[in-house]
Amino acid sequence: MLSGNLAGDGVASISDLEQRLTARRYVADRGLAVSLYLALRLRRPLFLEGEAGVGKTSLATAVAEAIDADLIRLQCYEGLDVTHAVYEWDYARQLLELRILEATEGLERASARRELYSDAFLIKRPLLQAIDPARTRPAVLLIDEIDRADEEFEGYLLELLAEFQITIPELGTVRAKEPPLVILTSNRTREVHDALKRRCLYQWIEYPSFAKEVEIVRARVPQAAAQLARQVTALVQELRSVELYKVPGVSETLDWVAAIATLDRRALDIQTVEETIGVVLKAKEDIDALRGERLAGLLERAMAR
Amino acid sequence: MTTFTDNLLSFGRLLRRSGFEVPVGNVLDLTGALTLVNLAVRDEVFHACRTVLVRRHDQLAAFEKIFDAFWRQHGNPFASPATNTTRDAQAAAASVPVAAAAIHDGELSNEDQVGVEEPTAGGLQTWSDAAALARKDFAEFTAEEVAEARAFIDRLAWIPGERRTRRWIRGRGSRADLRRALSRSLRTGGDVLVIPTRRRRVRLRPLVLLCDVSGSMERYSRMLLHFAHRVAHQHGRLEVFLFSTTLTRVTRQLRIRKLDAAAAAVSDAVPDWSGGTRIGPALQQFHRRWSRRVLHEGPVVLLISDGWDRGDPKVLRDEIARLQRSCHRLIWLNPLIGTVDYAPLTRGLQAALPFVDDFLPARTLTDFKELALHLNAVAADSRRRRLKDS
Repeated sequence: MLSGNLAGDGVASISDLEQRLTARRYVADRGLAVSLYLALRLRRPLFLEGEAGVGKTSLATAVAEAIDADLIRLQCYEGLDVTHAVYEWDYARQLLELRILEATEGLERASARRELYSDAFLIKRPLLQAIDPARTRPAVLLIDEIDRADEEFEGYLLELLAEFQITIPELGTVRAKEPPLVILTSNRTREVHDALKRRCLYQWIEYPSFAKEVEIVRARVPQAAAQLARQVTALVQELRSVELYKVPGVSETLDWVAAIATLDRRALDIQTVEETIGVVLKAKEDIDALRGERLAGLLERAMAR
Repeated sequence: MTTFTDNLLSFGRLLRRSGFEVPVGNVLDLTGALTLVNLAVRDEVFHACRTVLVRRHDQLAAFEKIFDAFWRQHGNPFASPATNTTRDAQAAAASVPVAAAAIHDGELSNEDQVGVEEPTAGGLQTWSDAAALARKDFAEFTAEEVAEARAFIDRLAWIPGERRTRRWIRGRGSRADLRRALSRSLRTGGDVLVIPTRRRRVRLRPLVLLCDVSGSMERYSRMLLHFAHRVAHQHGRLEVFLFSTTLTRVTRQLRIRKLDAAAAAVSDAVPDWSGGTRIGPALQQFHRRWSRRVLHEGPVVLLISDGWDRGDPKVLRDEIARLQRSCHRLIWLNPLIGTVDYAPLTRGLQAALPFVDDFLPARTLTDFKELALHLNAVAADSRRRRLKDS
């Protein structure tokens, strides 16, 4: 079924999915690929947890491309409510319309209500966009950093994720023709309620191994020299083994390699590291604790890798 | 029943016995998931099971062990020879409701055992008893007195104030509620007569308890544990950490309703009960592992310790300062305050005190009562100021 708008319809197998992701420069490990494949096939949301910067958000981008779907993103924050996540009425235009109705044909309540609360005045926010029955292309819905939203919002998501439908009191129930692939991410700043997790497939994304991370760096920052990519990755891996307030993620590795490549360095030395350390360590205490001999020691171990 | 189904159900039972929560719906999901992966490849089966059955990061390692054992014991438990797996899975799905009923029954009878609440102690019998007990040092409490004290703590209200969240709800406030304005205006022929408003929602401020259980605190730790257990059940948004040389989170353990069971779970969880004290490094651990998760909603932090720190005073000072910067109010409770001739002279304590909002005693029930009152008092005031120096 080529013309369908079901998310991931064309994906034949787990390895097919892996290849498609690799083609979009996303290096996924086996566990993640299995979860993602099952999420597509079983039409279940996928709940991704992991430390900051391990590639949770970029997975959604890569998947959307890989299965040729639209990416619809909802960034969560405290106080996120229905008007920003789901829909809002365009009050200013509604009021204006009300005045026009009054002036032209006199106000008849029932019809005024019908006119005012119609599709034309509805502002669709990400969640509604994702399940809009008028969609012609499949959708990947990314609900990013759900742990930042408050518990009321989680409660709201339960209905959406179970039924893929949303009720708008003035308009009725909107139901998706084809459910989107839903990806939720969490940095674990708080524990997300179990009722929500129970409706999802769960996957924990680890920091990648050295070889895997080099592979990711080579795919994402192709302009950097191979030697530089290996050295920087090795040093970041060393940094992760030290107790830090803010442990650098894969995204920091990528930024760091890109930054050093921009400075036209082809290999790593202590001076370059000191100059650019702010790209990878983002807590003052961490930089203070490592500057000097400890950093030199870590660099030495990294170069020996 | 087929082997596939049998194995699936017994795998579920095995997980439940090991403390995993496996709802029946999940077992059904798993039958579906297993039809989609290659059952001959262990890796795919493993990841399919894991993604469906595990929902918490701290259970991943345990799950892997159980799966390993199960796989070894049964030799590829889910690949039934020469049968169509899809049909098999359907059979499995069909037989699940029966098993489900059995599981539910089992769970219910368990609950019967656990759910009975212990009768609350009668409270303090007479006024003079109460008065004497209220001023008595926890370290000298007998078992009966501990029970009475718990009833006493129970009657105190632990309300560390409220915090204005960023969520808007209807109510008297500063913002116009356009949605309601419009829908009401329809009733009045399009004229807006009253502008309804919205206000910010307020929520109870969370509490974080960091409790020293090192050797020098031993005489108090039993009472403090009771205190923590009571507050956990009353307040609902309490995080509890115990430390001596290392830091352990015991929030989950304290949610157990029965005190004895909770206490047993806590003492299992803490590896270094009554060890040495290193408050600085323990707080460092707290900041690295937990602060992002438990300090982001502006909690009131109660640090309970006698301040006998063997570590570097500078580390202690820095960590206390960081703690104060990242919470709403930092209260240090010290059981030694109020004992004869006590003065906070240890070097660590001296270094840390400038960064503590309140330095209060926690030795008797009267102290706890005053702490509860104090919390209510600071609750009304969102600015940070020191109420009391001791």
